[in-house]
Amino acid sequence: MRKSWWKILAAVLLIYTFTAGFLIKVPLIGNLKETIRNLFFHVPMWFGQIILLTTSLVYSILYLRKPDLRRDIYASCFAKTGILMGILGLITGAIWATYTWGEPWSNDPKQIGVAIALLIYFAYLVLRNAITDIDKRAKISAVYNIFAYFIYLPLIMILPRLVESLHPGGKGVEGNPGLNGADLDATMRLVFWPAVIGWTLLGTWITTLNIRIYLIRDKNLLNAK
Amino acid sequence: MRNRIHYLLLLLAGIILSTQTFAQENLAAETPMRSNGKIYVVLAICITILLGLFIYLLSIDRKIKQIEDKQ
Repeated sequence: MRKSWWKILAAVLLIYTFTAGFLIKVPLIGNLKETIRNLFFHVPMWFGQIILLTTSLVYSILYLRKPDLRRDIYASCFAKTGILMGILGLITGAIWATYTWGEPWSNDPKQIGVAIALLIYFAYLVLRNAITDIDKRAKISAVYNIFAYFIYLPLIMILPRLVESLHPGGKGVEGNPGLNGADLDATMRLVFWPAVIGWTLLGTWITTLNIRIYLIRDKNLLNAK
Repeated sequence: MRNRIHYLLLLLAGIILSTQTFAQENLAAETPMRSNGKIYVVLAICITILLGLFIYLLSIDRKIKQIEDKQ
């Protein structure tokens, strides 16, 4: 296994998250009750997802600076894992919402924002598959990826704060949409942040596997450059 | 590499120590989900799933490594 220490770290952090996330004492707030434990699973996965998409953005920018097909492969693989985690996040959010907000889909601004963003990223995948010329595909999808990212961030970070939202941090509610300061006590932070790192590393691991497959598949193209 | 393993061990030690303090608070906690004492079953299942996924990832990783070495 190549450079294995961070893969071990990913496993250790996630097993720790799961164990502590189920067993520690949590504050009981409103009708959240024990579902506040989702803060150790659903929310850190979203954080990891945003980090993966940001990495994808960086590789897209790097590609435009110097057109190297490797960078295109990196950008697309990070985006794919990000999309996967986005779908999982949307589903887990809907399950959580069923038991706390009363229905899986309550047209919460953040739910809508993420749904739109996911559609934009699905279009990224369709766009990539639609262009057969590899250099053209790499360039156009890099530009599109940058566009998608800067639509995505306002949709989930800014808009939900400007309007009334069921998520924490909406209009008239104190705190950050991701983690409300008051909801997260000191022990919860000790689980939350390792979880963020754990999910990010797991996502990166899956991504690198995908990247390595593409590098092998396209080795003739890459060596021809 | 050796240094990194040292850091990893340190981190592990820290995590184990911090769970100790969680365990002490646990005695006082009696919330609905845990009152019947069977939450550990759910935990065991989730850890099993997690371990299974990691082992699968590991095996894929090994396979790709083999192919890479052949190149």
